Amino acid sequence: MPAATASQTIGPYWHLLEDPSWADLTRLGAVGERIALIGNITDGDGVPVSDACVELWQASPPASADWDGFGRAATDVEGNFRFVTLKPGPVPGPPGANALQAPHGAITLFARGLMIHLQTRVYFEGEALNKQDPLLASLEPARQATLVARPEGERDGLPSWRLDIRLQGVGETVFLDI
Amino acid sequence: MNQASDAPFRPYAPGSQPPLDAADYGSTQKRHPISALVRLPGGHTATELTAPRFSPARYPAFADLTAPGGGKALGERIIVAGRVLDEDGRAVPGVMIELWQANAAGRYDHTRDQHDAPCDPHFHGAGRVFSDEDGRYRFITIKPGAYPWRNHHNAWRPNHIHYSLFGSGFAQRLVTQMYFPGDPLLAFDPIFNATPDTAARARLVAGFDLDVTQPEWALGYRFDVVLRGRGATPFEEGRP
Repeated sequence: MPAATASQTIGPYWHLLEDPSWADLTRLGAVGERIALIGNITDGDGVPVSDACVELWQASPPASADWDGFGRAATDVEGNFRFVTLKPGPVPGPPGANALQAPHGAITLFARGLMIHLQTRVYFEGEALNKQDPLLASLEPARQATLVARPEGERDGLPSWRLDIRLQGVGETVFLDI
Repeated sequence: MNQASDAPFRPYAPGSQPPLDAADYGSTQKRHPISALVRLPGGHTATELTAPRFSPARYPAFADLTAPGGGKALGERIIVAGRVLDEDGRAVPGVMIELWQANAAGRYDHTRDQHDAPCDPHFHGAGRVFSDEDGRYRFITIKPGAYPWRNHHNAWRPNHIHYSLFGSGFAQRLVTQMYFPGDPLLAFDPIFNATPDTAARARLVAGFDLDVTQPEWALGYRFDVVLRGRGATPFEEGRP
Protein backbone atom coordinates (compact mmCIF):
# COMPACT_ATOMS: atom_id res chain seq x y z
CA MET A 1 0.00 0.00 0.00
CA PRO A 2 1.15 3.57 -0.69
CA ALA A 3 2.44 5.84 2.05
CA ALA A 4 0.33 8.60 3.54
CA THR A 5 -0.71 11.31 1.07
CA ALA A 6 1.73 14.22 0.81
CA SER A 7 0.88 17.39 2.71
CA GLN A 8 0.52 20.64 0.76
CA THR A 9 0.39 24.17 2.10
CA ILE A 10 -2.96 25.51 3.34
CA GLY A 11 -2.20 28.68 1.35
CA PRO A 12 -3.44 32.22 2.01
CA TYR A 13 -7.12 31.63 1.22
CA TRP A 14 -8.04 28.96 3.78
CA HIS A 15 -10.37 31.48 5.48
CA LEU A 16 -13.09 30.28 3.10
CA LEU A 17 -13.44 27.52 5.73
CA GLU A 18 -13.30 29.77 8.72
CA ASP A 19 -16.09 29.89 11.27
CA PRO A 20 -14.93 32.42 13.89
CA SER A 21 -17.10 30.75 16.54
CA TRP A 22 -14.70 27.77 16.43
CA ALA A 23 -12.10 29.82 18.32
CA ASP A 24 -14.26 29.23 21.40
CA LEU A 25 -13.86 25.56 22.41
CA THR A 26 -16.70 26.02 24.92
CA ARG A 27 -19.07 26.98 22.08
CA LEU A 28 -21.12 23.81 22.57
CA GLY A 29 -21.90 24.71 26.18
CA ALA A 30 -19.12 22.98 28.11
CA VAL A 31 -18.65 24.22 31.65
CA GLY A 32 -15.46 24.22 33.68
CA GLU A 33 -12.48 26.47 34.27
CA ARG A 34 -12.79 28.84 31.30
CA ILE A 35 -9.65 30.62 30.18
CA ALA A 36 -8.45 32.58 27.17
CA LEU A 37 -5.30 31.43 25.38
CA ILE A 38 -3.73 34.28 23.46
CA GLY A 39 -0.54 34.60 21.47
CA ASN A 40 1.33 36.24 18.66
CA ILE A 41 3.07 34.47 15.77
CA THR A 42 6.15 35.90 14.09
CA ASP A 43 8.51 34.68 11.38
CA GLY A 44 12.31 34.64 11.16
CA ASP A 45 12.40 38.42 10.63
CA GLY A 46 10.02 39.10 13.51
CA VAL A 47 7.27 39.93 11.02
CA PRO A 48 3.76 38.99 12.18
CA VAL A 49 2.28 35.91 10.52
CA SER A 50 -1.09 37.37 9.60
CA ASP A 51 -2.54 34.51 7.57
CA ALA A 52 -2.08 31.49 9.86
CA CYS A 53 -4.66 28.89 10.76
CA VAL A 54 -4.10 27.89 14.38
CA GLU A 55 -5.74 24.76 15.76
CA LEU A 56 -6.02 23.82 19.43
CA TRP A 57 -6.80 20.21 20.34
CA GLN A 58 -7.05 18.94 23.91
CA ALA A 59 -7.39 15.34 25.06
CA SER A 60 -8.40 16.80 28.44
CA PRO A 61 -11.11 17.28 29.60
CA PRO A 62 -12.38 14.10 27.87
CA ALA A 63 -14.84 14.54 24.99
CA SER A 64 -18.52 14.82 25.85
CA ALA A 65 -21.76 15.94 24.23
CA ASP A 66 -20.93 19.59 24.81
CA TRP A 67 -17.16 19.46 24.40
CA ASP A 68 -15.16 18.11 21.45
CA GLY A 69 -11.87 19.58 22.61
CA PHE A 70 -11.15 21.27 19.28
CA GLY A 71 -10.90 24.86 18.13
CA ARG A 72 -9.55 26.87 15.21
CA ALA A 73 -8.53 30.52 15.08
CA ALA A 74 -7.15 32.81 12.40
CA THR A 75 -4.31 35.19 13.19
CA ASP A 76 -5.17 38.85 12.64
CA VAL A 77 -3.10 41.43 10.73
CA GLU A 78 -0.78 41.74 13.73
CA GLY A 79 -0.28 37.99 14.02
CA ASN A 80 -2.48 37.60 17.12
CA PHE A 81 -4.75 34.67 17.89
CA ARG A 82 -7.17 34.09 20.76
CA PHE A 83 -8.94 30.93 21.92
CA VAL A 84 -11.44 30.50 24.71
CA THR A 85 -11.15 27.04 26.23
CA LEU A 86 -11.27 24.93 29.38
CA LYS A 87 -7.98 24.62 31.23
CA PRO A 88 -6.82 21.03 30.65
CA GLY A 89 -5.94 18.57 33.40
CA PRO A 90 -3.19 15.91 33.39
CA VAL A 91 -3.06 13.66 30.32
CA PRO A 92 -2.02 9.97 30.40
CA GLY A 93 1.40 9.18 28.98
CA PRO A 94 2.14 6.69 26.20
CA PRO A 95 0.07 3.49 26.40
CA GLY A 96 1.73 1.08 28.81
CA ALA A 97 3.77 3.79 30.52
CA ASN A 98 2.52 4.42 34.00
CA ALA A 99 3.12 8.17 33.93
CA LEU A 100 1.03 11.30 33.63
CA GLN A 101 1.88 14.21 31.39
CA ALA A 102 1.44 17.73 32.65
CA PRO A 103 -1.74 19.54 31.52
CA HIS A 104 -1.30 20.61 27.90
CA GLY A 105 -2.97 21.18 24.58
CA ALA A 106 -1.73 20.45 21.06
CA ILE A 107 -1.22 23.50 18.87
CA THR A 108 -1.08 22.96 15.13
CA LEU A 109 -0.09 25.72 12.71
CA PHE A 110 -0.98 25.87 9.04
CA ALA A 111 -0.02 28.81 6.83
CA ARG A 112 1.22 29.96 3.47
CA GLY A 113 4.87 28.94 3.41
CA LEU A 114 4.31 25.86 5.60
CA MET A 115 4.39 22.85 3.29
CA ILE A 116 3.41 20.66 6.22
CA HIS A 117 1.82 21.78 9.47
CA LEU A 118 3.96 22.69 12.46
CA GLN A 119 3.02 20.97 15.69
CA THR A 120 3.78 22.18 19.18
CA ARG A 121 2.21 22.14 22.63
CA VAL A 122 0.98 24.63 25.19
CA TYR A 123 1.71 23.90 28.85
CA PHE A 124 0.77 26.19 31.76
CA GLU A 125 3.19 27.89 34.13
CA GLY A 126 2.93 26.82 37.76
CA GLU A 127 1.59 23.31 37.19
CA ALA A 128 3.20 20.86 39.61
CA LEU A 129 3.45 18.16 36.93
CA ASN A 130 5.52 20.37 34.61
CA LYS A 131 8.72 19.30 36.41
CA GLN A 132 8.22 15.64 35.57
CA ASP A 133 6.57 15.95 32.16
CA PRO A 134 8.59 13.76 29.76
CA LEU A 135 8.66 16.29 26.92
CA LEU A 136 9.43 19.35 29.06
CA ALA A 137 12.08 17.40 31.00
CA SER A 138 13.83 16.49 27.75
CA LEU A 139 14.39 20.15 26.82
CA GLU A 140 16.92 22.69 28.10
CA PRO A 141 15.26 25.50 30.10
CA ALA A 142 15.29 28.16 27.36
CA ARG A 143 13.71 25.79 24.84
CA GLN A 144 11.28 24.48 27.46
CA ALA A 145 10.03 28.02 28.09
CA THR A 146 8.78 28.29 24.49
CA LEU A 147 6.06 25.75 25.32
CA VAL A 148 4.83 27.22 28.61
CA ALA A 149 2.04 29.81 28.66
CA ARG A 150 2.19 32.53 31.30
CA PRO A 151 -0.77 34.12 33.09
CA GLU A 152 -1.64 37.66 32.03
CA GLY A 153 -4.41 38.30 34.51
CA GLU A 154 -7.99 38.96 33.54
CA ARG A 155 -8.65 40.24 30.02
CA ASP A 156 -12.06 40.62 28.41
CA GLY A 157 -13.61 38.88 31.40
CA LEU A 158 -11.45 35.76 31.39
CA PRO A 159 -8.19 34.72 33.03
CA SER A 160 -5.80 34.91 30.11
CA TRP A 161 -2.68 32.91 29.32
CA ARG A 162 -0.13 33.96 26.71
CA LEU A 163 1.98 31.76 24.47
CA ASP A 164 3.83 33.58 21.71
CA ILE A 165 5.14 31.49 18.83
CA ARG A 166 8.31 32.20 16.89
CA LEU A 167 8.62 30.18 13.70
CA GLN A 168 12.34 30.74 13.15
CA GLY A 169 15.47 32.22 14.73
CA VAL A 170 16.08 33.66 18.19
CA GLY A 171 13.59 32.23 20.67
CA GLU A 172 12.35 29.75 18.08
CA THR A 173 9.46 27.68 19.41
CA VAL A 174 10.05 23.97 19.93
CA PHE A 175 8.21 22.14 17.16
CA LEU A 176 7.51 18.44 17.36
CA ASP A 177 8.21 15.49 15.11
CA ILE A 178 4.89 13.73 15.61
CA MET B 1 -0.09 -6.48 13.50
CA ASN B 2 -0.82 -4.05 16.29
CA GLN B 3 -3.72 -1.97 15.08
CA ALA B 4 -5.43 -1.27 18.37
CA SER B 5 -6.72 2.26 18.74
CA ASP B 6 -3.89 2.99 21.16
CA ALA B 7 -1.16 1.78 18.80
CA PRO B 8 1.21 4.54 17.74
CA PHE B 9 1.10 5.93 14.21
CA ARG B 10 3.94 5.05 11.87
CA PRO B 11 6.54 7.63 10.94
CA TYR B 12 6.08 9.21 7.51
CA ALA B 13 7.77 7.17 4.77
CA PRO B 14 11.02 8.78 3.55
CA GLY B 15 10.42 11.19 0.67
CA SER B 16 6.64 11.01 0.94
CA GLN B 17 6.26 14.47 2.50
CA PRO B 18 7.56 17.87 1.37
CA PRO B 19 10.26 19.59 3.46
CA LEU B 20 9.49 22.69 5.54
CA ASP B 21 12.44 24.41 3.86
CA ALA B 22 11.48 24.19 0.18
CA ALA B 23 13.96 26.48 -1.57
CA ASP B 24 11.85 27.09 -4.70
CA TYR B 25 8.79 28.13 -2.67
CA GLY B 26 9.79 31.59 -1.39
CA SER B 27 7.31 31.82 1.49
CA THR B 28 9.02 28.91 3.27
CA GLN B 29 12.23 30.92 3.66
CA LYS B 30 11.35 32.84 6.84
CA ARG B 31 8.72 30.46 8.10
CA HIS B 32 10.57 27.16 8.55
CA PRO B 33 12.17 26.34 11.92
CA ILE B 34 15.97 26.09 11.98
CA SER B 35 16.19 23.70 14.94
CA ALA B 36 15.44 20.04 14.40
CA LEU B 37 11.92 18.91 15.24
CA VAL B 38 11.75 17.26 18.67
CA ARG B 39 10.40 13.75 19.18
CA LEU B 40 8.12 12.93 22.10
CA PRO B 41 10.40 10.98 24.46
CA GLY B 42 7.94 8.13 25.03
CA GLY B 43 6.18 8.21 21.67
CA HIS B 44 2.55 9.07 20.92
CA THR B 45 0.17 9.78 23.79
CA ALA B 46 -3.56 10.43 24.01
CA THR B 47 -2.92 13.87 22.51
CA GLU B 48 -1.66 12.28 19.28
CA LEU B 49 -3.60 8.99 19.36
CA THR B 50 -7.07 10.48 19.69
CA ALA B 51 -8.81 13.25 17.78
CA PRO B 52 -12.02 15.24 17.81
CA ARG B 53 -15.02 13.30 16.50
CA PHE B 54 -17.00 15.59 14.24
CA SER B 55 -20.59 14.53 13.71
CA PRO B 56 -22.52 15.53 10.59
CA ALA B 57 -25.37 16.45 12.94
CA ARG B 58 -23.31 19.24 14.42
CA TYR B 59 -21.12 19.98 11.38
CA PRO B 60 -23.54 19.63 8.47
CA ALA B 61 -22.24 18.27 5.18
CA PHE B 62 -22.22 20.61 2.19
CA ALA B 63 -21.51 18.44 -0.83
CA ASP B 64 -22.74 20.57 -3.73
CA LEU B 65 -20.59 23.66 -4.12
CA THR B 66 -22.29 24.70 -7.35
CA ALA B 67 -25.59 25.88 -5.96
CA PRO B 68 -25.23 27.90 -2.78
CA GLY B 69 -28.45 29.81 -2.18
CA GLY B 70 -30.09 28.34 -5.27
CA GLY B 71 -28.07 30.13 -7.99
CA LYS B 72 -25.99 28.30 -10.56
CA ALA B 73 -22.21 28.68 -10.48
CA LEU B 74 -20.45 29.42 -13.76
CA GLY B 75 -17.89 27.02 -15.17
CA GLU B 76 -17.41 23.35 -15.88
CA ARG B 77 -19.39 21.27 -13.38
CA ILE B 78 -17.47 18.23 -12.14
CA ILE B 79 -17.94 15.34 -9.72
CA VAL B 80 -15.08 14.34 -7.43
CA ALA B 81 -15.27 10.99 -5.63
CA GLY B 82 -12.81 8.76 -3.85
CA ARG B 83 -11.95 6.90 -0.69
CA VAL B 84 -10.11 7.69 2.51
CA LEU B 85 -7.81 4.78 3.34
CA ASP B 86 -5.02 4.09 5.79
CA GLU B 87 -1.55 2.83 4.88
CA ASP B 88 -2.80 -0.76 5.10
CA GLY B 89 -5.50 -0.07 2.53
CA ARG B 90 -8.34 -0.14 5.03
CA ALA B 91 -11.24 2.27 4.75
CA VAL B 92 -11.28 5.10 7.26
CA PRO B 93 -14.93 5.94 7.99
CA GLY B 94 -16.26 9.11 9.58
CA VAL B 95 -13.49 11.40 8.35
CA MET B 96 -14.53 15.04 8.09
CA ILE B 97 -13.19 16.46 4.82
CA GLU B 98 -13.18 20.22 4.36
CA LEU B 99 -12.78 21.59 0.82
CA TRP B 100 -12.05 24.98 -0.66
CA GLN B 101 -11.02 26.32 -4.05
CA ALA B 102 -10.94 29.15 -6.57
CA ASN B 103 -13.82 29.70 -9.00
CA ALA B 104 -13.75 28.77 -12.69
CA ALA B 105 -11.91 32.00 -13.51
CA GLY B 106 -9.16 31.31 -10.99
CA ARG B 107 -10.31 33.70 -8.27
CA TYR B 108 -11.06 32.95 -4.63
CA ASP B 109 -14.07 34.51 -2.93
CA HIS B 110 -11.62 36.09 -0.47
CA THR B 111 -10.85 39.76 0.24
CA ARG B 112 -7.09 39.21 -0.10
CA ASP B 113 -7.38 37.74 -3.60
CA GLN B 114 -6.83 40.66 -6.00
CA HIS B 115 -6.32 38.64 -9.19
CA ASP B 116 -7.93 40.46 -12.12
CA ALA B 117 -10.51 37.76 -12.82
CA PRO B 118 -14.27 37.90 -12.25
CA CYS B 119 -15.93 36.87 -9.00
CA ASP B 120 -18.97 34.61 -9.30
CA PRO B 121 -21.87 35.60 -7.03
CA HIS B 122 -23.10 32.00 -7.21
CA PHE B 123 -19.85 30.37 -6.14
CA HIS B 124 -18.24 30.67 -2.71
CA GLY B 125 -15.97 27.63 -3.06
CA ALA B 126 -16.15 25.90 0.33
CA GLY B 127 -17.60 22.49 1.16
CA ARG B 128 -17.63 19.75 3.78
CA VAL B 129 -18.23 16.01 3.38
CA PHE B 130 -17.76 12.88 5.50
CA SER B 131 -16.37 9.49 4.50
CA ASP B 132 -18.91 6.65 4.78
CA GLU B 133 -18.46 3.13 6.18
CA ASP B 134 -16.36 2.16 3.14
CA GLY B 135 -14.30 5.35 3.35
CA ARG B 136 -16.12 6.77 0.31
CA TYR B 137 -16.83 10.45 -0.22
CA ARG B 138 -18.23 12.50 -3.12
CA PHE B 139 -18.90 16.12 -3.92
CA ILE B 140 -19.97 18.29 -6.83
CA THR B 141 -18.16 21.47 -7.78
CA ILE B 142 -16.85 23.65 -10.60
CA LYS B 143 -13.44 22.93 -12.07
CA PRO B 144 -11.20 25.60 -10.52
CA GLY B 145 -9.19 27.89 -12.78
CA ALA B 146 -5.44 28.46 -12.73
CA TYR B 147 -4.20 31.75 -11.29
CA PRO B 148 -0.97 33.74 -11.10
CA TRP B 149 1.04 34.18 -7.92
CA ARG B 150 4.19 36.10 -7.14
CA ASN B 151 6.59 33.33 -6.19
CA HIS B 152 8.74 33.84 -9.29
CA HIS B 153 8.48 35.40 -12.75
CA ASN B 154 5.37 34.22 -14.59
CA ALA B 155 4.34 31.88 -11.78
CA TRP B 156 0.93 30.19 -12.08
CA ARG B 157 -0.71 27.71 -9.73
CA PRO B 158 -2.07 24.63 -11.49
CA ASN B 159 -5.79 23.93 -11.09
CA HIS B 160 -6.31 22.52 -7.60
CA ILE B 161 -8.80 21.84 -4.84
CA HIS B 162 -7.69 22.19 -1.20
CA TYR B 163 -8.48 19.32 1.20
CA SER B 164 -8.40 19.22 5.02
CA LEU B 165 -8.93 15.85 6.75
CA PHE B 166 -9.27 14.70 10.38
CA GLY B 167 -8.61 11.03 11.14
CA SER B 168 -9.09 9.02 14.33
CA GLY B 169 -5.85 10.36 15.84
CA PHE B 170 -4.56 13.91 15.60
CA ALA B 171 -1.25 12.54 14.28
CA GLN B 172 -3.20 11.78 11.07
CA ARG B 173 -4.19 15.41 10.51
CA LEU B 174 -3.70 16.25 6.84
CA VAL B 175 -4.06 19.33 4.67
CA THR B 176 -3.31 18.75 1.01
CA GLN B 177 -4.28 19.71 -2.54
CA MET B 178 -5.84 17.68 -5.34
CA TYR B 179 -4.57 18.41 -8.85
CA PHE B 180 -5.98 17.57 -12.29
CA PRO B 181 -4.52 15.11 -14.80
CA GLY B 182 -2.69 16.52 -17.80
CA ASP B 183 -2.20 20.00 -16.33
CA PRO B 184 0.86 21.54 -18.05
CA LEU B 185 1.46 23.82 -15.05
CA LEU B 186 2.32 20.92 -12.73
CA ALA B 187 5.84 20.71 -14.16
CA PHE B 188 6.54 24.30 -13.10
CA ASP B 189 4.82 24.41 -9.70
CA PRO B 190 7.23 24.56 -6.73
CA ILE B 191 4.51 23.52 -4.27
CA PHE B 192 3.57 20.36 -6.19
CA ASN B 193 7.23 19.56 -6.89
CA ALA B 194 8.44 20.03 -3.29
CA THR B 195 7.58 16.43 -2.42
CA PRO B 196 10.71 14.39 -3.25
CA ASP B 197 9.13 11.03 -4.07
CA THR B 198 7.79 10.86 -7.64
CA ALA B 199 5.09 8.32 -6.81
CA ALA B 200 3.92 10.40 -3.83
CA ARG B 201 3.63 13.45 -6.11
CA ALA B 202 1.73 11.46 -8.74
CA ARG B 203 -0.84 10.45 -6.12
CA LEU B 204 -1.74 14.13 -5.63
CA VAL B 205 -3.14 14.12 -9.18
CA ALA B 206 -6.74 12.91 -9.50
CA GLY B 207 -7.63 10.43 -12.22
CA PHE B 208 -10.33 11.05 -14.82
CA ASP B 209 -12.93 8.35 -14.22
CA LEU B 210 -15.74 7.41 -16.57
CA ASP B 211 -17.48 5.52 -13.74
CA VAL B 212 -17.66 8.69 -11.65
CA THR B 213 -18.75 10.68 -14.71
CA GLN B 214 -22.52 11.16 -14.93
CA PRO B 215 -23.87 10.86 -18.51
CA GLU B 216 -25.28 14.08 -20.00
CA TRP B 217 -24.32 15.97 -16.83
CA ALA B 218 -20.73 16.16 -15.49
CA LEU B 219 -17.24 14.72 -15.82
CA GLY B 220 -15.96 12.70 -12.88
CA TYR B 221 -12.58 12.54 -11.17
CA ARG B 222 -11.32 10.02 -8.62
CA PHE B 223 -9.04 11.05 -5.78
CA ASP B 224 -8.13 8.67 -2.95
CA VAL B 225 -6.47 10.00 0.19
CA VAL B 226 -4.22 7.89 2.43
CA LEU B 227 -3.86 8.69 6.14
CA ARG B 228 -1.05 7.39 8.35
CA GLY B 229 -1.47 3.83 9.55
CA ARG B 230 -1.14 2.51 13.08
CA GLY B 231 1.22 -0.13 14.39
CA ALA B 232 4.08 -1.93 12.71
CA THR B 233 4.56 -1.58 8.95
CA PRO B 234 3.76 -4.71 6.90
CA PHE B 235 7.51 -4.86 6.19
CA GLU B 236 8.33 -5.18 9.87
CA GLU B 237 5.48 -7.57 10.46
CA GLY B 238 6.46 -11.20 10.77
CA ARG B 239 10.04 -10.41 11.59
CA PRO B 240 11.33 -12.02 14.75
